[in-house]
Amino acid sequence: MELTTVWFVLIAVLWTGYFCLEGFDFGVGMLFPVLGTTEKRRRVLLNTIGPVWDGNEVWLITAGGATFAAFPHWYATMFSGFYLPLLLILVALIVRALGFEYRHKRNDDTWRQRWDWMIIAGSVVVPFIWGVTFTNIVRGIPINADREFTGSVLTLLNPAALFGGLALVAVCLLHGLLFVALKTDGEIRSDARTLAGRIGWVAVAAAAVLLVVLGLDSGSVASWIMTALAAVALVAALLLNARDREGLAFTGTFLAIGLAVASLFVMLFPDVMPSSTNAAWSLTVDNAASSHKTLGIMTWVGVLFLPIVLLYQGFTYWTFRKRITTEHIPPAHDERDWAPRRDRSPSEGAGV
Amino acid sequence: MNVDLARWQFAVTTVYHFLFVPVTIGLSAFVAGFHTVYLRTRNPAHLRLSKFLGKLFTINFGLGLVTGIVQEFQFGMNWSDYSRFVGDIFGAPLAIEALLAFFLESTFLGLWIFGWGRIPEKLHVACIWIVHIGTLLSAYFILAANSFMQHPVGYRINPETGRAELTDFVAVLTNKVQMVTFPHTAFASYMCGAAVVLGACMWHIHKKHVADDLPMYRTGARVGAIALLVAGAGVAISGDFQGKVMTEVQPMKMAAAEALYETQDSAPFSILTVSSLNGEQEKVAITVPKLLSFLGTGSFDGTIHGINDLEAQYQAKYQQAELTSSPSYTPTLPLTYWSFRMMIGIGMSSCAVALLALWTLRRRNDAPARSRWWPWLVGFVAVAPVLGNAFGWIFTETGRQPWLVFGLFTTKSGVSPGVSTAEVATSLITFTLLYAVLAVIEVRLTLRYAKAGAEPLKDPPDTPSDSSSDDSQPLQFAY
Repeated sequence: MELTTVWFVLIAVLWTGYFCLEGFDFGVGMLFPVLGTTEKRRRVLLNTIGPVWDGNEVWLITAGGATFAAFPHWYATMFSGFYLPLLLILVALIVRALGFEYRHKRNDDTWRQRWDWMIIAGSVVVPFIWGVTFTNIVRGIPINADREFTGSVLTLLNPAALFGGLALVAVCLLHGLLFVALKTDGEIRSDARTLAGRIGWVAVAAAAVLLVVLGLDSGSVASWIMTALAAVALVAALLLNARDREGLAFTGTFLAIGLAVASLFVMLFPDVMPSSTNAAWSLTVDNAASSHKTLGIMTWVGVLFLPIVLLYQGFTYWTFRKRITTEHIPPAHDERDWAPRRDRSPSEGAGV
Repeated sequence: MNVDLARWQFAVTTVYHFLFVPVTIGLSAFVAGFHTVYLRTRNPAHLRLSKFLGKLFTINFGLGLVTGIVQEFQFGMNWSDYSRFVGDIFGAPLAIEALLAFFLESTFLGLWIFGWGRIPEKLHVACIWIVHIGTLLSAYFILAANSFMQHPVGYRINPETGRAELTDFVAVLTNKVQMVTFPHTAFASYMCGAAVVLGACMWHIHKKHVADDLPMYRTGARVGAIALLVAGAGVAISGDFQGKVMTEVQPMKMAAAEALYETQDSAPFSILTVSSLNGEQEKVAITVPKLLSFLGTGSFDGTIHGINDLEAQYQAKYQQAELTSSPSYTPTLPLTYWSFRMMIGIGMSSCAVALLALWTLRRRNDAPARSRWWPWLVGFVAVAPVLGNAFGWIFTETGRQPWLVFGLFTTKSGVSPGVSTAEVATSLITFTLLYAVLAVIEVRLTLRYAKAGAEPLKDPPDTPSDSSSDDSQPLQFAY
């Protein structure tokens, strides 16, 4: 296999890993207002993903870095072309991550509510914009002979792309529900299961419509097979959920997202950024790639270290494998009396 | 216009990001160190210090991580032509950083934070050490990428594609600029971590909240002060080597650091100059004879090239090539001159405070530590090394201008051609406002946790549990 193809596959793997893993923590974030009816329940939700969300996000950073190294032109065209959407993603990722990190740092309701909103907004906005972005990439965007994006932000907000955004949000929501059902116990577990049964079909329908629309445009035999398998996995997930098989149900959405993302990359290949202006101006694995020297070195690094990463991330999931319930949640982080009263500045306690 | 806005954005986001990076690198070593010592001594004070510093660490790590993503995306968003030109070389260290370092840091930090009572103690301590190693690896690869911009090696220009292509990756990773920059930055980061430890502990000695805790804070302060001084010596020595390499590969930067216009043998080092900085009117100058020559060349009689000579040389050398021409090859002098002095001055002052703290503690007489002016010193020493770091970066990055890759690629040719001024302005304003709000939150949280001090230990102290027996026990740590 050509090195350029190897790297196309590796980048597809990184994005797939990203959506399979961070997909469920986006879902958990979206569920805050739905399942998090009490403070204890919100903390249960938060702690199901507490030790792992940060590691999940690194899949994105690695996907970005690998694209830069292996396909500099892809990286340059995509990141400058999707300027404002990516700006929004960055802002959403920042406030969402800090919501996880800072929410528990003060025992103050106003403080917590504000961070809750950051978590919810961030968890919806990021997958929505990734959905918009990837739908646009697969369908093609206006790119000129100099490999520059020539449209505007309005070009990117076409109906199909917006639908792609909604579909990804719906799938992440389902993925998150099944994760919560798998990782918790008691009331919150049965609530998650019931809700997954109710809204799951919306996610299945949305994902199916999106993949068929994209497939009609640029599908191949391989991509149709993957799409079909993804649909089977998603339906199986819902059926298994109805039979209380949460572990298998979550595996189902995990596979479905993986197959769906993989099918998008199969539809793309050998293009990486198809030009809707002129097919001759499309960025392909060949004309967007780095030199063979760089790809060769990167291949060694990737082949040696990606398995190690999988190993220790797997260890984290194994370590924190127990179900969490409201009983496991210790009292709020700073219920002890803080610094002696005379040291408190007047601004404290008012929230920020 | 786009160049200016994109540069401002890079400056704002980088300096901000780099406020948290050195603190994270340095502090993780102290968290790991105290945790390890606890394992050997079973002295609860060491565990309390480790957990206390761990909280300050996570607050800073959070912001460092998210602002780091902005840095990665920004190359493609604002500097797409630069990304196309050097992606073959520059992208690799970035990708390797993510794969080797970021995954380690974030995964093992999660294990350390949530792992109390869940994983065997030794493995638990190993987790925080792995986090620390991850931060160092991160620094290494990012600095390797930056060193390529200061002194490009291991590449050739492909005449067909007009871009730089990798010929020798080992040369990129062992760039002579990198060999001096990495130790310099690592030591400077340890200074930052030590300063936080020293500052936080000195404050508690000053306040004397719980008299029983005084020995613990004294230990912390002493460790912080000694580490600050050792790291400070490391910074000075590595900085001296760096000065010589810089004089060799970027003579203009050394000349700009001193605002030295005429080439001189036995050049003096200027501590302070009040003048127009354009070489015409010098009103007051305090100088150390021959020191600049020594810093730059290792000999008191060495030749330091002046700005005028270098400018003429560069004009002749580069003006021909269409790709790399620039109206001037001299960086903004007040910026380089003052940031260089602030870097050195602030760094040295923090060492002076550390000495003073050590002296105070040695006499076992805390009277000076409880005087009214002490908190000001504490406040200064806690942030001084971070500021020194920031000025160091401002110096080294602005001193390279007008080049993006020295001698190869100018800054103005690197911006994204397809991005509008309105878009860059939007993101510049967005990041500036967002970062300002986050700074307020971060500072308040850090102060709050620093003032709260080390938590008393639960009884029994954090014994690792048998994995099966206590399923309904509350978690030892939860968000």
